[in-house]
Amino acid sequence: MNSLNPKLFDKDVERIPSRDGFGEGLVLAGEENKDVVAICADVTESARVQAFKDKFPERFIEAGVAEQNMAALASGMAAEGKIPFMTSYAVFSPGRNWEQIRTTICYNNRPVKIIGSHAGISVGPDGATHQALEDIALTRALPNMVVLSPCDAIEAKKATLAMVKERKPCYMRLSREKVPVITTENTPFKIGKAQVFREGNPSAGSTSSLQASSGRFADATIIATGQMVYLGLLAAKELEESNISVRVINVSTIKPLDMEAVIKAAEETGGIVTVEEHQVFGGLGSAVAEVVTQYYPVPMKIIGINDHFGESGICRFNLVKEQFWEIYLRYFCTNFRGNPLPVCLKKP
Amino acid sequence: MALSAQDIQNLEEKANVIRQDIIKMLLQAGSGHSAGPLGMADVLTALYFQILKHNPKKPDWKDRDRLVLSNGHICPVLYVSLAHAGYFPVSELQTLRKLRSRLQGHPHRESLPGLEITSGPLGSGLSQACGMALVGLMDESSWRVICLMSDGEQDEGNTWEAVMFAGKNKLHNLTALIDRNNIQIDGFTEDVMPLEPLKEKYEAFGWHVLEIDGHNFESIIGVFSEAKAIFEKPVLIIAHTIPGKGVDFMENDFKWHGVPPGITDIPGEPPKNEQAKIALQELRTLQGKIKSEHE
Repeated sequence: MNSLNPKLFDKDVERIPSRDGFGEGLVLAGEENKDVVAICADVTESARVQAFKDKFPERFIEAGVAEQNMAALASGMAAEGKIPFMTSYAVFSPGRNWEQIRTTICYNNRPVKIIGSHAGISVGPDGATHQALEDIALTRALPNMVVLSPCDAIEAKKATLAMVKERKPCYMRLSREKVPVITTENTPFKIGKAQVFREGNPSAGSTSSLQASSGRFADATIIATGQMVYLGLLAAKELEESNISVRVINVSTIKPLDMEAVIKAAEETGGIVTVEEHQVFGGLGSAVAEVVTQYYPVPMKIIGINDHFGESGICRFNLVKEQFWEIYLRYFCTNFRGNPLPVCLKKP
Repeated sequence: MALSAQDIQNLEEKANVIRQDIIKMLLQAGSGHSAGPLGMADVLTALYFQILKHNPKKPDWKDRDRLVLSNGHICPVLYVSLAHAGYFPVSELQTLRKLRSRLQGHPHRESLPGLEITSGPLGSGLSQACGMALVGLMDESSWRVICLMSDGEQDEGNTWEAVMFAGKNKLHNLTALIDRNNIQIDGFTEDVMPLEPLKEKYEAFGWHVLEIDGHNFESIIGVFSEAKAIFEKPVLIIAHTIPGKGVDFMENDFKWHGVPPGITDIPGEPPKNEQAKIALQELRTLQGKIKSEHE
């Protein structure tokens, strides 16, 4: 995609936490719409609500460390015409207050915007208690809910503004760490639409007769969400040097999932690898598999946290894990090549 | 505005009809809660026929008072009151808990006109009422928020998060009412999880607390009027009620908390086939005070 950050693969690529993009977007949303209010559960600075609080003190509500009250309170405010953004760490919201979100926001169908910061293992030193690895599964299972997972700060800002216009309950997961800026102001963003960040071409060097006759557009597709999109792009770039062409899709709306983009990827590239900072159960991979198995079955690999909790550690620990994942990504993409059967499901 | 003896009598008669309809709809539904709805019939009657500023023809009228039912399981009394107030046909009450009915087992806001919230899971109604009241104050609106809670749901942590929030923000346009009937499903509240001293607890959280007899119309109407005059704090009304009020064998008996008439034989109580008939007879005769009943 032409509109991506031209310095994407530079060593000094700009790195900004996605929560910063949200904070910036929230102020813009407040300027655009007087009904926007922000509620925060005692993490105003780290969840990046401080700028909104400074600019619109009369529209900022401190809920204290009480996420259950925050959710139902937001529902009540939405009932009276406000557009509440309720913010905490994802472990606590939608974790601690899931039932209040289910009943008073989703079943009650109130357009509350739930912002869960510090999602994923990249939270690092705080350890497993603060690393939300289940939030996508929790929110995706709720009727009426829109689930967003932006890939960088710029997309988080756009998603924040788009949520104001979405008359439904929304959940957006954000990360704590600084992550490479992938997109630009010009990159298209629309709720419900996945973006193909890298189209991929059929491998020039391929000699597989199966592939030659398959008319494939690329050898595999990486479908990623959040900061893992950057890993996907890195893996695809490495693979290109080995004449393996990979499509990379950024799924910033996990629900409603862009089924068309997923089916097209299955059809045109014949294999899909998903990657997310989330349990492999119920997250992006599950959402993609629900579409692939029902509408266009192709071999798939789901990369994520495999049924365990995270752990405390400096970010280097997590980086090792990320690098491991990138190798994983490359491995699986390579093994889809010309393989109609999921032999790629063996571990490297 | 002082009420005449005739006004009070009219309300008492209305509440009696509402109780009869509760028994009929529960019998038809075959499941649901009996004790709470019967116990709260007088409060709901007073609200919908005297206290609330509302318009059944325009359920979304922006200046209406908001009645938030937090303990959704007593919805039979809310449904019957709404129907008699004119929000939907009384005949629809017989569809309670049936497939495709607008009268869900616990209230679903989008299904039925007149509902302010969806409720059932306990402890979050007061939070929603706080959200509404906060916007009311932000926008300088004249309407008030009335939140009905059970005493059992005072066990919920969420309730106390909301109590703290309302106290902190001095939500004086919010009046909460606890149906203090002393029972919950597993037994008496003070056995299951003691709540007392309830009044002092709320006062410690920054609330103004009033206590009434929840079956005395003058008290009910008077206390909501008094609540309006409190400008610096949210108000809690502890309404002492008799669960199962009006039906002798149901009164003060936690076994009738979550059971409808006509389904279960309970030792020492009328056989299941007789329960609804006896209950209706008692209501019609005001528990035997009227002797001309010929059934």
